[in-house]
Amino acid sequence: MKFERYGIGLIKGMMVTIQHLLRHPTVSQYPEQRLNISRRTRGNELIWSREKCTGCATCAKTCPQGAIEIVTSTNLADNKYEVETYRVDTGYCIQCGLCVEACPYDALFMGYSFERAKYRRGDLVQSNDELLESPERPASGYYHPEIAEKLPEQTLLIDKIVEKRK
Amino acid sequence: MMTPDLLIRTLPMQVVPPDWPGGYWWHWLFFTVVLIAFVLTMVMGVIYVERRGLGRMQSRLGPNRTGPFGLLQAVADAVKVLLKENIVPDKADKLVHWLAPVVAFVPILMIFAVVPFQNGALLADLNIGILYVVAISSVATVGVFMAGWGSSNKYSLLGAMRNVAAVVSYEMPLVLAVVGVVLIAGSLSMNQIVVAQDIPFILFQPLGFLIFFAAGCAEINRSPFDLMEADQELVAGFHTEYSGMKFAMFYLVEYAEAIAISAIITTLFLSGWRGPLLPPWLWFIVKIFVVFFFMVWTRSTFPRVRIDQLMAFAWKFLFPLALINLFITAIQVLIWPDALPWILIIVNFAIMGILILLWSKLFKLGWGRVEV
Repeated sequence: MKFERYGIGLIKGMMVTIQHLLRHPTVSQYPEQRLNISRRTRGNELIWSREKCTGCATCAKTCPQGAIEIVTSTNLADNKYEVETYRVDTGYCIQCGLCVEACPYDALFMGYSFERAKYRRGDLVQSNDELLESPERPASGYYHPEIAEKLPEQTLLIDKIVEKRK
Repeated sequence: MMTPDLLIRTLPMQVVPPDWPGGYWWHWLFFTVVLIAFVLTMVMGVIYVERRGLGRMQSRLGPNRTGPFGLLQAVADAVKVLLKENIVPDKADKLVHWLAPVVAFVPILMIFAVVPFQNGALLADLNIGILYVVAISSVATVGVFMAGWGSSNKYSLLGAMRNVAAVVSYEMPLVLAVVGVVLIAGSLSMNQIVVAQDIPFILFQPLGFLIFFAAGCAEINRSPFDLMEADQELVAGFHTEYSGMKFAMFYLVEYAEAIAISAIITTLFLSGWRGPLLPPWLWFIVKIFVVFFFMVWTRSTFPRVRIDQLMAFAWKFLFPLALINLFITAIQVLIWPDALPWILIIVNFAIMGILILLWSKLFKLGWGRVEV
């Protein structure tokens, strides 16, 4: 005889909710508590290395959105080919990562940080120094497994459930 | 358990209002102020318990930013809602729309007039207390229906009609469950019902308690019976078109009703203000919170029922069970008035188990369809 239809099901359900009440909630309070995002995350910004970039513009050709604009010039005095401007309209960027994959000199990375919202549309157009890697803009592990290895391990919410209550 | 006659003779004299200068008016003024303050502060406490408790049961935290532990969230919400614009729909029946929150709120406040906080500490010790409660609490439905009608909005009207249907259906098992308690206590006065409870009546009336709890939840539109404000189908039911202060009134009514039902359950089944050590009024409040927590618990657990399930549950399950419970209680009071309490308790719990099993077996929706 199964008792699920005779009120036992109700009691079972209530036991589940009371267990939820007594355990640690599965949330992190965002601005104070932050979770580490996955090492395999692609990221949503572009990081450019001035040293490695040769100005070949492969990235600009690959970009399906045409969001990358690159201006180069020939420096006759030093007999060099120089990048004058590297400009990305991140408003157009779809974070596909094709430019990172296409770059023959590993000069492009996707970013690891995620609070990159801007207040003005003009701020979305980033160029030159704004695109460099910095502590606020670390590179993500996308297409660069050697970077991914060094990133912190992802925190899982499942760990928070079993965490001891304080 | 005693016969009604003996019980009434052994009861202390009905407590009269204190002999202060001004006589009864001071009593009236004092308790009116205390009751309004009590309801409003309890609403805040109850909202806090509900939001935090519900949050934790859903593995969230609930509001915890405003004040220590989020205690001031209700205050912040109240201030916000008071400052908001009061929008009245163009085609609304203005007078009805305006009156509805008041008509809904006043009866709930009036319920507390007969709820004893300790022996004799109540606004009016009516000798028909519980009958008064049953009669008055139904008036709130008129307010809800006025809100639904006055808004001239199809969702509001649907929600209000569902509310009326639910309240009319659930009033029956609710009252029948109350009658069982009244039979044992031998009095309709809320104060004397508490005085008669040396052993909480939940033990003598376990089935009555469950029926009253379910019917009470349905009566005040709490989940799983909150069809009348089912957000997923009816926007917000009868108060869809309300905003600002008038919405706040409906919000207040919702929680004041929950407190009222908790207070009545406490008084009828959990021996009201009686308890060791703590002062009586504190026991009363603690018990109200316990009952309310139980409501939050059921709300977080059970999914909302359909309208046909709601009606079938009232008429096919609660109503016959309440009748049988009343019958059995009457037999016990008449035939074995001197039975030992613990024998009655065991017998009543056994009867409850058997009846619930039997009725669950027989419970069917529609014409014998079993897709429950």
